[in-house]
Parts: sequence; C-alpha cells; structure tokens
Amino acid sequence: MAELEQDHESYELGMHTEQLSGRTQQVFFSAEESDHLVYPWAPQVDFEKTAEIDANSLDQRAVNQEISRLMNEGVGTITVRNPGAKHSLGVGILSRLNLHFDGSLGYFGCGLLDGPNVTVSGRVGWSCAENMMAGTVVIEKNGGSTFGAAIRGGDLVCKGDVGSRTGIDQKGGTIIVGGRTGAFSGFMMQRGRMVVLGDAGKNLGDSMYDGTIYVGGEIADLGVDAVEAEMTDLDCHWIERKLSQYGLEAPKGAKNMKKIVSGKQLWNYDNLEPAEKKLVL
Amino acid sequence: MAYEKDIDHFIKGDGLDSEREQTIGQHIGYRYDVNLVPDYERLTPFLKRYIETMGWRDLNWLEDVHMGYEESRPAVFDRNINGWVTIPPEISLPDNQQDRDMIARELLIKFQMSPGHPMVDLRKAYAKF
Repeated sequence: MAELEQDHESYELGMHTEQLSGRTQQVFFSAEESDHLVYPWAPQVDFEKTAEIDANSLDQRAVNQEISRLMNEGVGTITVRNPGAKHSLGVGILSRLNLHFDGSLGYFGCGLLDGPNVTVSGRVGWSCAENMMAGTVVIEKNGGSTFGAAIRGGDLVCKGDVGSRTGIDQKGGTIIVGGRTGAFSGFMMQRGRMVVLGDAGKNLGDSMYDGTIYVGGEIADLGVDAVEAEMTDLDCHWIERKLSQYGLEAPKGAKNMKKIVSGKQLWNYDNLEPAEKKLVL
Repeated sequence: MAYEKDIDHFIKGDGLDSEREQTIGQHIGYRYDVNLVPDYERLTPFLKRYIETMGWRDLNWLEDVHMGYEESRPAVFDRNINGWVTIPPEISLPDNQQDRDMIARELLIKFQMSPGHPMVDLRKAYAKF
C-alpha cells in the first residue's frame, strides 16, 4: 500500500509527465538563496550528544534502525558495542555523524555512506564502504576483498592488509591501505586515488581508465593498460598530508613510492553516451 | 598541471581539440586533471564552515571537484543529478584554476543542500525509509 501511495505522489509531482526532451536549461536555484551545510532532509545532530548501542542481541536491521532513530533524536556520536561481524551494519547514512564500531563488521559494512565519520576497531569483511560518496571510514585491522568497491568520494582507510580487487570500479575519493593489497586492485578504476603502503598483488590497475595508484612496497605485476608514471612534488605533498591525518606514513618516504596511472590505450569514448542534462544555477 | 598554458582555453573555443573529439563532435571531459591538488590557503569561508560542520580535516570528496567547462561555459558536475550545473554569469571568474575550483565546490554544495535540488522531490516520491 505504501508503494501505491509513493507512486501516486510521484505522479502528483509531475515526474511521469515531465517533458525532458528539448530542455537544455532549467532554473532550479539561486546561489544567494542557500546557505545550508547539510541535506534538507538530514537530521540535525550534535556531535557532543552521545549514545551507545549494544548489538549483541540485535540483528543488523535492528542495529541500523536504532542508529537512524538516535540520529533523529539529535545524537551525533554513536558507539556500537559487540557488532559481532554482522553484515551490512552502518549503511546508507546520508548525514554528518560520528559512528564508532567497537569490534568487527561482516560483509558490506558502511556501504552507501554520504558524510559520516566511521571508525572500526576490528576487521571488516567483503566490500566495506562500497559506493561510499563522502565522509571517512577508518579500519584499525584488516579488510576483506573488494574493499571500497565503486567508491565515489571520501576517505577509506584500512591500517592493515586487504584482499583482492581493492577499489574495483573506483570513481573518486581516496583509498588508503596501510599494509598489503591483493590481486586486481584498482581494476577498472575511473577516478580518485589509492595509496598502498605495502605490497600490491598481480594485475594492479588492470583496465584502469583514470585515477592514480601509489604503492610503497613491491608490485607483483601491472594489469592491462596500467603504466608507471613519475612522482611529482604535488604527489608527495598530497600523500604526506593525507597519511598524516590517519597517523600513517610511507615506510620509505612518499617520494620513493611508485605511481601507477592509466596508459589510456583503452580509452574509447563515443557520442553514444547519453546527453548530459544541463542546469543553470 | 593542466590549465597552465591558457586557463580560458575551454571558454574561448569549442574544446574539440583531438582528432577523436572532432570526430565525435564533443569534448572528452576526462582529460581534465582530476588530480589537481587543492590549495588549502584558498578555501572560502563557506567551505571552511562546511568542513568544520562535517567534522572532516580536509575537503574530503570535494577534492575531486573542479570547475569544468561545458559548451564554453564554466560549470561544475553534480554527481547527484548526473549533469553539469553552469556557473551563474554574474560571477566573475578568477584568473587561476585553484580559485575557480573553490567557487565550483562552494556552488555545488549550496546547490546540493538547497531545498530546490531535484533530489528533494525524488526523495519525497521514492524514499523507502
């Protein structure tokens, strides 16, 4: 029934009758009118207001709902005790928040984030912070495979080792691995930066279109169309600044890291891509 | 870094430089230097407040945001609508890319956080929780 009501509402808003073709410009907004710092629907939270959740007897859905409830009450700092490596904890948070997990997470933890600052004192399973949009996620121990899959923005940090396919389909943001990363890291990377302080497995940066991978240790081998580039002062400055924010540093110094970029031999853009909708502020 | 030769290159011309771009009739946006490092000395007061509000220590995801040029008009890409948002013509462009990027970031945040953003209506219609 709820779905029917939502569908009805979408018709009322004109979303099914809106004439899109032929409209290249549309005025939505005046730059002077808005001074908001968070999304209009985001709950007003206070970082000084704290709460704890004991996840021991709760399933993952109940934990996530409890986080949402506390945010709606204005709580800005939440600590989840005993997460017990449950899957999909701390997902879909589209607001500012300090969220601490005292323990380990299972698969798909902290996915689809847009803004919060998350810390995990233990380990994380597959696909941690997949599709993350903004914010910070810091893992104190090791991470599983596809760490930061399709990440679009924000800082994702694992201070230990991670599995294979780290940052697969990365579209932006920063992934930092304090230890080693597995095979096919940076696979189909399109944008953003990845910093690996330890060794990297086989086929690093395979089929990457853009973005940059920095490696402090040994690289088993490079993937298709991944090539080594020259480190610049800007690269070093950026790496040192970013690592220092998370208490990390390159073992041999930033200037001795290897920089991997796209060889751009696979670029094949064409005019079949959908025309982008243009807006005027 | 990009833009050192002529910062207004994409405003003055149609941006179709390479043979491939001329063949397909549109510029390839990916050629911009997406790794241009922000100069934190040039943060605007609004961006400083935004960073502080979010509890971050730097621009976070906005480090990837730069002023681009769409059909010879300065614009910033909004990932939430998958489209270019053009910079209002009354805003005069600074003579360096760093300051232009800061303007783009500020306008993008103001646009995304505005009650008039298309995502507000979409959320109202389709959000499930």
